[in-house]
Amino acid sequence: MSMDVKALEDDRHHRYVLNMGPQHPSTHGVLRVLLELEGEYAMNLLPVLGYGHRCHEKIAEFKPAKSFMPNTARMDYLGALIYNHGFAQLLEKAAGIEVPERVEYIRVITSELNRIQSHLLWYGAYLLDLGAFTPIMYSFDDREHILDILEDVTGSRLTYCYFRVGGVSKDIDEKFVTGTRAFIKRLRSRFPMYEDLVNGNIILQKRLIDVGELTPHICARYGITGPLLRGTGVAYDMRRAEPYSIYSKFDFEIPTGTKGDCMASFMVRFHEMEQSLRIIEQALDGLPEGPIMAAKVPKKLKIPAGDYNSSVEAPRGELSYYLVSDGSDVPYRLKVRTPSYSNLSVIPEMCQGMLLSDVVSAMGALDLVIPEIDR
Amino acid sequence: METFYSILPELIRIVVCAVCGAVIVFGNALVMGYAERKLAGHIMLRPGPMEVGPHGIYQLVIDGLKLMGKQLVVPAKADPLLFRFAPLLAFAPVFVPLLVLPFSEKIQGFDLDIGLLVILALASINLLAILIGGWASNNKYSLFGVFRAVSQNVAYEIPMLLSLLAVVFMTNSFSLKAVVAAQSPVWFIVIQPLAFLIYLVSIVAETNRAPFDLPEAESELTAGFHTEYSGMSFSLFVLAEYANMFIVSSVATVFFLGGSSGIPLPYFEYSGIIWFMLKVYSLMFFLVWIRWTYPRTRFDQLMNFCWKYLIPFALVNLLITVVMVKLL
Amino acid sequence: MKSYFSELFTGAWSLILGLKVTIKALVSPIVTVQYPREKIVVTPNYRGHIDLIKFADTGAHKCISCGSCMRECPSDCIVVEGEKREGVKGKVLTIFTLDFTKCSLCGACVEVCPTKALDYSNEYELAGSTREQFHFDLLKRVEERE
Repeated sequence: MSMDVKALEDDRHHRYVLNMGPQHPSTHGVLRVLLELEGEYAMNLLPVLGYGHRCHEKIAEFKPAKSFMPNTARMDYLGALIYNHGFAQLLEKAAGIEVPERVEYIRVITSELNRIQSHLLWYGAYLLDLGAFTPIMYSFDDREHILDILEDVTGSRLTYCYFRVGGVSKDIDEKFVTGTRAFIKRLRSRFPMYEDLVNGNIILQKRLIDVGELTPHICARYGITGPLLRGTGVAYDMRRAEPYSIYSKFDFEIPTGTKGDCMASFMVRFHEMEQSLRIIEQALDGLPEGPIMAAKVPKKLKIPAGDYNSSVEAPRGELSYYLVSDGSDVPYRLKVRTPSYSNLSVIPEMCQGMLLSDVVSAMGALDLVIPEIDR
Repeated sequence: METFYSILPELIRIVVCAVCGAVIVFGNALVMGYAERKLAGHIMLRPGPMEVGPHGIYQLVIDGLKLMGKQLVVPAKADPLLFRFAPLLAFAPVFVPLLVLPFSEKIQGFDLDIGLLVILALASINLLAILIGGWASNNKYSLFGVFRAVSQNVAYEIPMLLSLLAVVFMTNSFSLKAVVAAQSPVWFIVIQPLAFLIYLVSIVAETNRAPFDLPEAESELTAGFHTEYSGMSFSLFVLAEYANMFIVSSVATVFFLGGSSGIPLPYFEYSGIIWFMLKVYSLMFFLVWIRWTYPRTRFDQLMNFCWKYLIPFALVNLLITVVMVKLL
Repeated sequence: MKSYFSELFTGAWSLILGLKVTIKALVSPIVTVQYPREKIVVTPNYRGHIDLIKFADTGAHKCISCGSCMRECPSDCIVVEGEKREGVKGKVLTIFTLDFTKCSLCGACVEVCPTKALDYSNEYELAGSTREQFHFDLLKRVEERE
């Protein structure tokens, strides 16, 4: 694909090309969008990817499969534990390892904490794009509590490498449980403040309502999943549609919107935080005792020949791993289907004819994390 | 020589006023810059500047020195004369409105009969400076900021004028001193609350402050019209912005909050300035407060708000004022 | 017409609610820490770069130079070498370097070590000006530690 942008000919000569370049405050990460603008209306948008490509999938072909775990966290640094979860699940499925029950509970609790943390960061950063400078500070304040809880048990704050094939690397203790319960109480008391400051604000509502409307049909064409799809009214969540781990044991709702605009996906993500809190509460109540590692996990994990698939619900949508193995412990091919890649592809259709401010709003509502697009 | 001695008091007055004007502009920038950062910090649950001096008091002084020491980068393809001229054009007209403001009964530069017109006219020159600066930068992002700045400022001058006109109709004079004197029993904010609200919203848009700061929208346009400016040129724009805030807040104080009236202090003809400054800075606190609370409006919503809400209400208010003045 | 006024009033009220939140935050205590004047106590479970543990009973490390950590490391950042010395059972560790510029803190080396000789340090204040400053010589570090 040629990278140079030729001068626009024919009837588009009165438009000008503005480069929302790889360095821009509101493309979260190194995303380049070539905008053809007519005055202030964006007529054509061309995302240019690849600025953050680090060959993760190729790296997986050279190392034993279970050594790929730290790389999964680098692909989406905000949903690192969930990426870990998907990969651990994949290898356990491939090698036929059964994990103890306590491990499943720990995985669910930490994954849901990670999901809340990702949504809190999205919330703050989205409002920063829209020009409100304080909600990001409040959401980061809440996020720090999660990071402290997870740091105590995993040892890292952002790019976790906590799950292992067959279990987790370190057990959770009483401090974790009390800390998490205190955090649940704290976050629940903060939601009214966010409603007052942000969600009900007339300026925000005017900027988000009726901007970037998606329909289930458009989502099906582009493969959009996650809160964007749920904002159009389709209650499709991997934790309900194809339950993995122990999600079928928990009672939680799937928040949906109706109009599919930016406001709908905004409110879906906001309500998802509350639902994640419910899951964590139920998991903490039912936490069993037991080992944190499966009984027999071979050191050299040979994966039987064949292809394997595992899907989880990442904060941004459906995340799938696809592994093709030729019988050794080094995979033949690992394909990662990341949600932001499909979510990004809708912007030429969604943002056609929008004002520039609306393009920024729409891209923020997509909740893109560029490293997972480029991998 | 005779004529020189006869005009000497006036000359001294001009010099003193100019010096005081400069002191006010730079002092205001120092105080407001520090206050804004500290307030922004505490609203965001962090302390703001703390390093330079106790609790960061000398922060703005060091910032000024730093900005003066920076290289003035002029982009290669920028218009050489206009690029350098724009910050000066933004900064220069800031001094004149300060000369006509009645800080207290005796402290006023020049009491012109058309004081309000002088202030409004010179406040619009800031827009010209932004236009020249953005255009001369030869940068598409700056141009964007300028499109929006021009429409926004021109549109919001109308409600600003209409709300002030309501007060002018009540006092029959453009002179600021007369407006202050007419508020002896009760301040005009009690009689004209709607005009005050409209004026308050218009000054937020006029000084390009959030939530109407589209011309310099940081997250969309990477600094808008002052993208290409660095060092002293940038700081001149910022100084002009803070001084503009001071001027429009002072006009609000004079027209709606009674100027320097308040609980009498000794030497009240001179010490009334304390009340004046208190009122002005509480209005500026309000401007800082709303900057850090609200997101940015979209551009067409900003214009819609002006045309569909502010101007009708301002016109209705003016009509009612005129009718009431005629009847009473 | 009715929605014109109702939107105006609900909008104005929502703005006032927002102002209430911020003014409350203005008078709340700050939640940040003035680093480097004040420092937060880091949890001991924090994963800094790995270090050889100096065991109290022997006063030395317990590495047997098996090289498992070198083989398990996904980023190839550990170099372990040992040599056989006469009179000493097993290998003696001579070289143990960690190239921290490549380490991803996955913890595979810590978990696979048969003698549990490795553990995470707590160092988070690592700033340097050359790449060589992050090539840690862990053998020297454990010998110099008390």
